Amino acid sequence: MPDPVLSLRKLDAHYGDFQALFGIDMEIAAGEVVAIIGANGAGKTTLLRSIAGLLKNQAGQVSYQGDTIGALRADQVAQKGIALVPEGRQLFPSLSVEENLLIGAQTGRAGQWSLGKVYALFPILKERKDQASTTLSGGQQQMVAIGRALMANPDLILFDEISLGLAPVIIKSIYDALPDIVGDGMTAMIVEQDIGKALSVSSRAYCLQEGRVSLTGATDTISRDDITRAYFGVEA
Amino acid sequence: MEWISAIMQGTLLGGLYALFAAGLSLIFGVMRLVNIAHGDLIVLAAYMGLSTTVMLGIHPFMALLIVMPAMAGIGYVLQRGILNRTLGGDILPPLLVTFGLSVILQNTLLELYSADPQKMNAGVIETASVPVGGLTLGVLPVLTFAIAIAVIAGLQFIFYRTALGRAFRATSDNSDIAQLMGLNKAHVFGMAMALALAVTAIAGILLGVRTSFDPSVGGARLIFGFEAVIIGGLGNLWGTLAGGVILGVAQTIGAKIDPGWQLLAGHIAFLVVLAIRPQGLFPRVDH
Ligand SMILES: Nc1ncnc2c1ncn2[C@@H]1O[C@H](COP(=O)(O)OP(=O)(O)O)[C@@H](O)[C@H]1O
Ligand SMILES: [Mg+2]
Repeated sequence: MPDPVLSLRKLDAHYGDFQALFGIDMEIAAGEVVAIIGANGAGKTTLLRSIAGLLKNQAGQVSYQGDTIGALRADQVAQKGIALVPEGRQLFPSLSVEENLLIGAQTGRAGQWSLGKVYALFPILKERKDQASTTLSGGQQQMVAIGRALMANPDLILFDEISLGLAPVIIKSIYDALPDIVGDGMTAMIVEQDIGKALSVSSRAYCLQEGRVSLTGATDTISRDDITRAYFGVEA
Repeated sequence: MEWISAIMQGTLLGGLYALFAAGLSLIFGVMRLVNIAHGDLIVLAAYMGLSTTVMLGIHPFMALLIVMPAMAGIGYVLQRGILNRTLGGDILPPLLVTFGLSVILQNTLLELYSADPQKMNAGVIETASVPVGGLTLGVLPVLTFAIAIAVIAGLQFIFYRTALGRAFRATSDNSDIAQLMGLNKAHVFGMAMALALAVTAIAGILLGVRTSFDPSVGGARLIFGFEAVIIGGLGNLWGTLAGGVILGVAQTIGAKIDPGWQLLAGHIAFLVVLAIRPQGLFPRVDH
């Protein structure tokens, strides 16, 4: 593997006394699209929040483009080029659609993504740009959440269950847009409970189970049985 | 005619109350912080204005050029150094800490300036008046009211038309997610307090030109500010101006009936609004 963009070394995470992640090791190369799968409560969201800096770690537990970033605040991690599309979209209700997108560019990072390009990717958002974000449908809100992350021109983008709660036809249209997003060498981690969806867009997968990596491999080599076992922790 | 005059005086007084209230409203809106020391910070600004005018021999309004940035700087350092540590979780720590700050400010001012009432001298503007219709209005109250409108329009512009205002609103909505956008919450809150105390500087100077003050008068200014915010409705700056006007009018009408009733009438108006519309007259309509 070429030099990894992101590497995790024995990453733990805690909520008070509860330990949610146990010694996660992970390496992701530039331009890779990696799926993170696992049952509800396995620790997928916790993993992404740790990488994004919303949960504090020791500096060396997360390395990104050669820097140790585990102890940085989330805004410092964002400046370095990691963007999270959070679970449940989490738009800013007080901001219009366009303001939600503009605030994504707050880091001031240069790159190809701009308001115009996001509107080209999701034309409906341009029609709705002055509306409150809360008046949009779920699918449109997800487009804003993705657009907001892209506006930061990240090198690494983290998607947390972008299909959650959306109708299949909407999920399809969002996943159809993914190649345009990650096609230009952006590195991506995609968290999904829908295994099929996640594997179809990724080249490699990690399966989490109760805070530990229970399976990893190239998506075209791991078998359905392996996944079932790693997912549920039972013999299939 | 006398009654109309009282209502006009009260309306203009409301401008000053709105200036007391705007900073309170702003910091509560951005970081859910109730600043018990707000009134004492207004008084601090008045004393800073006094010292500046005496030392440099300049007009109190010119002193704003020094007091505003100074108060903004104090606000930023205060927020980042102390108040940020009290936020997040329980509402009690910020109340206790700002209460402590209030005590410290009052005693420090007492040490430095004694308990003797002081006043800033703004020259002829203090006694000048203009005829409006059949009424005679003081230039200073009219100017104060105009400044209040300008300040609130300015805050409104910052809040809804600038990147800083966007950062305020986003951080207030969800500080974790705002942090993901590259916004350092500690800095955003520092900026909010800096802005609030810059407004406090204006309020303090206008207070100190209008009436005499001593280190103990901050508490009443805090109450007037609170009442204006609550009457107007939380999170609505124009509502705060309306709240200030209602409070001011109630006070002058009360004083007209019986000079001893001025403050009582204001508090009664506040209680009536609170009883009928606990959310205030113009609460912010969330989308
Ligand atoms: N804020 C929190 N406080 C306490 N426990 C939490 C919190 N968030 C998640 N957890 C726990 O951490 C574990 C992992 O949660 P999460 O990362 O959200 O899983 P996933 O995203 O895979 O569904 C779960 O057991 C969950 O109950
Ligand atoms: Mg999750």
